[in-house]
Amino acid sequence: MSTIAEHTIERVHQDKSSLWSGMWVFLFTELVLFGGLFLIFAVYRYSFQTEFHVAAKGLSVTFGALNTFLLITSSLTVALSFAAFRKKNKFLSISTQMFTMILAFGFLINRYVEWNINIQNGNFPGSKLLLAKGSGEIIFFNLYYLITGLHTIHLIIGIFLLEIAAGRLLKGRINAANFARLETAGLYWQWVCVIWLFLFPLFYLIS
Amino acid sequence: MSGEQSSFLHNTAVNHKPTYGIYILVWLVLMMLTGATVAVAGINLGNITIVIVLTIAVIQAYLALTFFMRLEKENAMFKIFIGIALLFLVVSISLLFSNYSFL
Repeated sequence: MSTIAEHTIERVHQDKSSLWSGMWVFLFTELVLFGGLFLIFAVYRYSFQTEFHVAAKGLSVTFGALNTFLLITSSLTVALSFAAFRKKNKFLSISTQMFTMILAFGFLINRYVEWNINIQNGNFPGSKLLLAKGSGEIIFFNLYYLITGLHTIHLIIGIFLLEIAAGRLLKGRINAANFARLETAGLYWQWVCVIWLFLFPLFYLIS
Repeated sequence: MSGEQSSFLHNTAVNHKPTYGIYILVWLVLMMLTGATVAVAGINLGNITIVIVLTIAVIQAYLALTFFMRLEKENAMFKIFIGIALLFLVVSISLLFSNYSFL
């Protein structure tokens, strides 16, 4: 009997560490993906310093800062949700998870409004207004849409993962044994937020 | 029922309050650092601005990784892997910045 119990504990432990290792390996590939884009941005920023400076003035720091506040707060609510689950406080766990959703949708709305303003200003890939400008400004806005767009796609995937997690929490399908699966969703979310911490200064502050 | 529930809540509050506190503290520090980085970027310091805002971003990432991603509770193997992955990124970024931005 005791050997079965020990075996089960071992299985759970292995399950957790393999899930975590798998998620971390995936996050390393994300690091290479975004790291590579950062390097591309850095090289072009050097090559077209004044044009990047002019182009970056077209972006509003307020939108960027608001998104940073939303994502940092969502990191907190995800962390609190899991801490609450560990403490068997299901109500707090679910309510913080719901609050995370609100923050995430706030981010998406903010992103939509920001892009909309930029597009109305004529700063979008292929627009006549942008094509008439120097190649530095064109590259800046191409990279801006590429990198923030890629980040937003990651965020939407994160929303789906957390939705599934929240749904399972609500239905009471999460227990100590399969909690690690839910935690990996949180790990992904935190990583997406960490990437934003670098995107924000690159696009909104440095240029 | 309500007595049972309140004792349950009481226990969780007593046993585990510090963890919530640490998360909220980390969140406050991250918020303040974001405020600081926006303020620094508003001042015209030339290329030093890049160093300051990226240093703040690194500190923020460290805090998020350590506390929100619970790396402080993970075993050493994860920390070494992550350290190596980040080291390569830091090396390539810093070599690039040293080539392009400061010379």
